[in-house]
Amino acid sequence: MAIILNQNTKILVQGITGNQGQFHTAQMLTYGSKIVAGVSPGKGGQHVHGVPVYNSVEEAVSNEKIDASVIFIPAKLVKEAAFEAMEAGIETLVIITEHVPLHDAMEIVALAQKEGVGIVGPNTFGIISPGKSKIGIMPNTIFLPGEVGVVARSGTLSYEIVSQLSKAGIGQSTVVGLGGDRIVGFSFVDILKKFEADPESKAVVLVGEIGGNAEETAAEYIKGMSKPVVAFLAGKSAPPGKRMGHAGAIIERGKGTFQSKVEALTAAGAHVASLPWEVSKFVAEVI
Amino acid sequence: MIAARENWGLKETWGSCAYIFNDVVPVKCQNRVFQETLTNRNLYERTRPNMKLYEYMAKEIFHKSGIAVPRGAVYTRAEDVVEFVSQHAQVAIKSQVLSGGRGKAGGIKFADNAEEAVECARQLLNLKIKGLKVETILVEEKLQIDKEIYVAITVDSSAKRPLLLASAAGGMEIEEVPDEKLIKRLIDINIGLRPYAAKEIARRLGLNREEAAQVSEIILKMYQIFCAYDAELVEINPLVVSEGRVLAADGKITLDDEATFRYPQDVPIVEERTEREVKARELGISYVELEGDIGVMANGAGITMATIDIIKYFGGEARNFMDAGGGASTEAMVHALEILLSTEPKALLINVFGGITRCDDVARAYVQVKNSLDIKIPVVIRLVGTNQAEGVAILRDHGIDSYEEVGEAVKRVVALARSSAKGA
Repeated sequence: MAIILNQNTKILVQGITGNQGQFHTAQMLTYGSKIVAGVSPGKGGQHVHGVPVYNSVEEAVSNEKIDASVIFIPAKLVKEAAFEAMEAGIETLVIITEHVPLHDAMEIVALAQKEGVGIVGPNTFGIISPGKSKIGIMPNTIFLPGEVGVVARSGTLSYEIVSQLSKAGIGQSTVVGLGGDRIVGFSFVDILKKFEADPESKAVVLVGEIGGNAEETAAEYIKGMSKPVVAFLAGKSAPPGKRMGHAGAIIERGKGTFQSKVEALTAAGAHVASLPWEVSKFVAEVI
Repeated sequence: MIAARENWGLKETWGSCAYIFNDVVPVKCQNRVFQETLTNRNLYERTRPNMKLYEYMAKEIFHKSGIAVPRGAVYTRAEDVVEFVSQHAQVAIKSQVLSGGRGKAGGIKFADNAEEAVECARQLLNLKIKGLKVETILVEEKLQIDKEIYVAITVDSSAKRPLLLASAAGGMEIEEVPDEKLIKRLIDINIGLRPYAAKEIARRLGLNREEAAQVSEIILKMYQIFCAYDAELVEINPLVVSEGRVLAADGKITLDDEATFRYPQDVPIVEERTEREVKARELGISYVELEGDIGVMANGAGITMATIDIIKYFGGEARNFMDAGGGASTEAMVHALEILLSTEPKALLINVFGGITRCDDVARAYVQVKNSLDIKIPVVIRLVGTNQAEGVAILRDHGIDSYEEVGEAVKRVVALARSSAKGA
C-alpha cells in the first residue's frame, strides 16, 4: 500500500522537453517511476529518455493509460496545463511550479473539487512512496521504504526530517509535499485521512510552518485519529508581518502564530518536536 | 515611464470627483521597482512580496471602476495643501502609509481652515508610523457620516476561495468586530459574485432601499476589481453613507505579485522595504532582515525558518532570513553573500540540503566566491543531499570544512559568532 502513488501508477510529464522536465524525468525513471508519456506542444513524436512525447494531453491519454500528471510548466501557463489535464480526465495532478498566481491557483482548485481531481501543489517537491515510485523533484537517496506517512508544507525541511528518520532506520510509506503557497490542492486533513485509512502507515509525521490555519484545522482531525502523529513546525522565531519565503508563511493580524499551532496540535494529542532531529526520536517512541 | 506619467503624473479632474495630483507625487511612484515592472515584467517572476497600495491609489482604482470616493488631492509638501483647502470648508488630512493602525498612531487629522490644514499637514509629514516616515498625505473633503459599513473581499486559504466579508459595524478594525456582526460569504470563483448574492449581503446590512442598491453595486464592483487586478484583498472600511450617497471613505488593495505579467498597465507598485530587501528581490531571493548577528543562507523557506529557530535554540540570533532557492550559480551566490556581508554579521551559516540544488554545484560556487570576495568573518557550511560526497570533497580540496548535521553546524556558528563578538 501507500497513498495516492504506488509502483503501478502511470505518469505523464507535462513540460517534458524543458530543462527541469528532462532532468527530473531522468531522475524519476532512475527511481523506478512508471513514466509513460510526456507532453510538449509542437514536439510530438520526439522521445525524452525513451519516453514518447505528445503534442497535447488529449493525444497522450488516447495513446497511453495515465493515472497522474506532473506539471513542469512556467507559472503563467500552469492554469492552462492543469485545465488541459483535468479536461482529459487525469485524476491526480502534481504541480511542481512555484509562483503560480493566487487567482489561478483558486481556479485550478475549484475545478479540481468539482471534478474530483486530487491536486498536490503548486510549489511542491511532489510525492514519493519510497521504494515504489516518485513524482517530483526530491532527491532519490534520502528515503527509506517503511511505515511512517509524512505530510509537509515545505520541501527542503521535509528532506531534513525524512533523512533524520531514514538514518534512524524509520522508513516512510508515502511522503507528500502540500506546497508552500497560500492556495494548494490537498490540505493536511485530506492527506491525514488517507494515512489513517492506509493499512501500511502506522504513524504520521506532520511538518508545518507559521501562517494560515492549516495546522489548527489538521489538529481538529487529529483528535479523532487512531494513529499517532508527530509534528514539527518551522518559524518559531519569525517576526509578525513578514513573509518568510513561502507565500503562506506569514503571521498576519495576530493569526498563524507558532504558539497557536503548537497549542492546537498538542491539545489534539500530537507530539510536537521542537527540533528537527527530535522527530525521529518521538516517532520511535510511538510506533 | 510614459504610461506611468499619463496615469499618475498629470493633474486629472474627473467629473465631480477631483484628485489633484501634485507634481511631486509621481516622483514618489517613480521608484525603480515601479519603472522596472513596467519595462521588464519578467524580472520579478521568481519573487513574492505582498504588494499593498496606498489609500489614494486604491481610491483611484475605485473611482475608475465607478465606486464613489470623497473629493481629494495628494501632496508631499505641507504648504501645497492650501490649493485644495481653499475650496473646502472642512478637510481630513490622512497620512499615506501601508501599516495598519494609522488612526491610532495619530496619522489622520481634521482642519477647518487653510492655516490649520497646513499645520496639520506639516505635523503629519514629520510623523513616523511604525518606524516609517510619512512622505505623502491625502487631503479630502470632510464627510458627514450617517452610517459606517465594512466590506472586504479577501482570500480564504482553508476554503481555497474568495471570501466576502461585510458588517454594519464599519469604521473599527475588523478584528474588533464580533463574529455575530460579521457577514461572511464564500465565493465560487468559477461562478463569480453574482448580483443576487451582492443584493442579499446589502439587504442584511440593515440599509434602506436606496442605500442597499448602492451598496450592492459597490460590492459587485469590488469583486470586479478583485479579479481584474489579481488582488489578494480589496477592502473598504468604512464605506460611508453620507446624505444618501455611499462613498468609500478609506480603501485598501493588496495585489498578488505573482500576477505582474498580466496587470493592467496602470497599476502602481509601492513597497516599503530596505535597500537590501529590494536588491535581494531583484536577484530572486527571499530575504527578510532580522535583528541578530548571524548571517543565514539556506535553500528552501521551511529549512531557512527552521535554521533560524535552531540558531535561537542554541542561544544565537539570526541577522536575516535568506532563502536562496534552488539555483546554485556562482554569480547568484556572490550577490547573495554580498547582501549578507553588507549587514556586518559576526559569522555566516550556509545550510544547503540538496534536492534540485546539487551539492557539488554549491561547493564549486562557494569556492569561487570565497576566492573573489574578501570574507573576514567565520563561515560555517552544512552540505547534504544530492551529490553530497562530491560537494564535500570539493570543499575539502580547498581547505573548507563542512558539516553533515545541522545541529552541529549551528552550534559551531553560534560559538564563532560569540567569540568573534568578544574579539571585536
